[in-house]
Amino acid sequence: MNIVLRLAWRNLWRHARRTWLTIGAMVFSNTLLVFMISLQFGMYGLMIDNTLQVFSGHMQIQAPGYKDDQKMRQVVPNVRPLAAHLRQELDSDLVTARGWAFGLASSEERSYGIGIYGVEPEFEAKVSNIPGLIAQGRYLGKDDASEIVIGEMLARNLRIGVGDELTLLGSGVDGSFAAAVVNVVGIFNSGVREIDRNIAEMPLGTFQDVFYMNGAGHQVVILAPDLDQADALQLRVEAMLPGDDGLVVHGWDALQPGLRQAIQADMSSAFFMYGILVILVAFSVLNTQLMSVLERTHEFGIVMALGLKPGRLGRLVMLETAMMGFIGLLLGAICGALFTTWFTVNGFSYPGMEEMVANFNLPGRVYPRATLLTSFAGPLVVFLFTLAAATYPALRLHRLHPVEAMRTN
Amino acid sequence: MQMFFVLSRLAWRYLWRNHRRTIVMLSAIAVGTWAMIFMTALTRGMVDQMIVDGISVIPGHVQIHDPEYLDDPSVNNRVAFSDTELATRFGDAGFTAWAARVRVPAVVTSERESRGITLLGIDPAAEKSFSFVDYDNVDGRFLEGPNDKGIVLGAKLADTLETRVGKRVVLMSQDPDNEIADRGFRVVGLFHAEMETTEESYAFVGKHTAQNMLRIGDTVSEVVFLGEDYRDVEPVYSKVVGLVDDSVRVSRWTEVDTYLGTMMGMMDGFMLIWVIVIFLALSFGLVNTLVMAVFERIREIGLMLALGMKPSSILGQILIESMMLLAVGLAIGDLLAWATIKPLESGIDISVVAKGMEMFGAASVLYPNLDIDDVILSNVVVMILGFLASLSPAWRASRYEPVEAITKV
Repeated sequence: MNIVLRLAWRNLWRHARRTWLTIGAMVFSNTLLVFMISLQFGMYGLMIDNTLQVFSGHMQIQAPGYKDDQKMRQVVPNVRPLAAHLRQELDSDLVTARGWAFGLASSEERSYGIGIYGVEPEFEAKVSNIPGLIAQGRYLGKDDASEIVIGEMLARNLRIGVGDELTLLGSGVDGSFAAAVVNVVGIFNSGVREIDRNIAEMPLGTFQDVFYMNGAGHQVVILAPDLDQADALQLRVEAMLPGDDGLVVHGWDALQPGLRQAIQADMSSAFFMYGILVILVAFSVLNTQLMSVLERTHEFGIVMALGLKPGRLGRLVMLETAMMGFIGLLLGAICGALFTTWFTVNGFSYPGMEEMVANFNLPGRVYPRATLLTSFAGPLVVFLFTLAAATYPALRLHRLHPVEAMRTN
Repeated sequence: MQMFFVLSRLAWRYLWRNHRRTIVMLSAIAVGTWAMIFMTALTRGMVDQMIVDGISVIPGHVQIHDPEYLDDPSVNNRVAFSDTELATRFGDAGFTAWAARVRVPAVVTSERESRGITLLGIDPAAEKSFSFVDYDNVDGRFLEGPNDKGIVLGAKLADTLETRVGKRVVLMSQDPDNEIADRGFRVVGLFHAEMETTEESYAFVGKHTAQNMLRIGDTVSEVVFLGEDYRDVEPVYSKVVGLVDDSVRVSRWTEVDTYLGTMMGMMDGFMLIWVIVIFLALSFGLVNTLVMAVFERIREIGLMLALGMKPSSILGQILIESMMLLAVGLAIGDLLAWATIKPLESGIDISVVAKGMEMFGAASVLYPNLDIDDVILSNVVVMILGFLASLSPAWRASRYEPVEAITKV
């Protein structure tokens, strides 16, 4: 082994207890960082997927202004041919047309105001997870059948079940009175209260008849194979739109502005906490290295008198710090990964979490994912701050006077 | 007692013998304390605001409903107390404020659009203390009495419905026999709220007007009571329970809105965890500092022991040293936190993530809340844990064999 390396290594263990305590601070912070970051990004991923796969999709084609106002007459004309055209052009099944209307749903006993989607049953199942969440009965079948599926809570509140009739009252696209009687064929349970209480789906053909849509709808929903490809796909879709009817394409963060912002807000508070942890570790290292330099003043004086340059001594101190930091990095990443993996298998939950995260379409138990990035990002930052903290004691060596230094004891 | 002063003076001088180390450690403690208190004040402020806003949407710290109502908020689930019965039961019981209201789902339709809302039939005079909306910040006017024939909508809802003050809308709901109950109203006022969802979801009409429209005589959906402080609703709760029988269900607000209820509990848990995490990160440095401080004066300690100082005094002296270090660090950190939070108390604008905060149920201005209890708690926790962490190095120092210690180089 190189002599400098050996020297640094030996110096490190002169005060084994002190070194271990400093490494302990690193391992503690690193473990926490790995776990928190894994959990955090696991949650964000779930949040985005769960929210987008309910209704939004990765992008939607809409009439201008519809996103904010959701008015009946802000339609996408000939919505079905448009969706079919896109399916063909993109060579993808992940495209579906929808209409949306507000109406009063009445059973024998109860009436509630609900949002009604008109969907293409065949393609809806590929874009949204609602068709897969049918708890009773079945999903919609033929495109012109007088059928409807409703949320579980709505079914309970309306006191109806599969096979019962439901009367819908609302207004058509031209403001005229719209009414229909439909059969409840299925009941879905998404686990999200707002959706289970307020939403119903019926076939687009029937929807267009009931609300006098005249072939129009309100949105074409497009899902990219995964989130990373969404932006590129959006550009392609935009280029494909016939420019003359003024339709617009909205990406997922325009459709769900709350989602990205909630993540941003959560991230900034999380990063504040991480930052503090890292700074505290840096102080710990600064203290240790300052001590280790100060107590060697005499010794440093001698070697400098013998002709060693302060720069080399500084590098020695940095090397010691780097060794210590590296042990902390390695142990921290391993501990963090092990700790996280335990939760990856068993899931992470705490009392009250279910209520908390339901707002973000999350289940009450989260499984963090420890990836290479989440395992090393935090520890690496800690490592860099460790080195930064050691520069002050290392640079102080330049001010050392050999003669004076030798006199101190 | 005199011993204590001598030891304190010794400890204080020892602390400044190696002033660099002490300053680094003090900085670490101060930064840690600042972060604890700053973060807690921000979170506390946010949660308080959420709860205040949230309670203002489910106004009433204690509420009486039909046992079924919270699960099924239908017109069929009413509290069957007549006006006179209400007055005799609750009128003279000395509540801060109480009110009875009709609260049912309904559909509001303009000539352009229709939307589902929660209809509130209220007596404006009794509701005044429940601060649902700011009565003074209403375009047009608020309702004038329980027989008012007008309707007050949220500004955002009016926008969507393309209606305004002076125009007419139709309200549709159901009566107890599931006949459609509808009636035309003139829009007399538009209210403004912190969150868009509030403006979109509620409409106010006079209580008697609502009762007539729904054909429910003088029964109501809920009776609500205000306590002195939302954190402590037990006195009101037990008083209300004493005044009613089993035919109705009495709930605290934490049970009506479980999300908010959990938030409040979570907040306290989060704060304690945060304080402990920071302390642990600090503790490595603290113990390290003490170990070093003991190590460099082993000979002195040996000498003192040889001269007849009791081991317990050595123990005490080192503990006092550690406590002084912590106390000074905490004081600086507390001051720092106070100095940074005070100027922010007028509110931090985080409207860039407003939609995201709405998902959390929080508004877009953050008012940090420097709660003295939180400050005391974090200081006390740090002192106690710091004491425990210092025990081991102090104990070791007091157990040295005098002769061995003196001869140690």
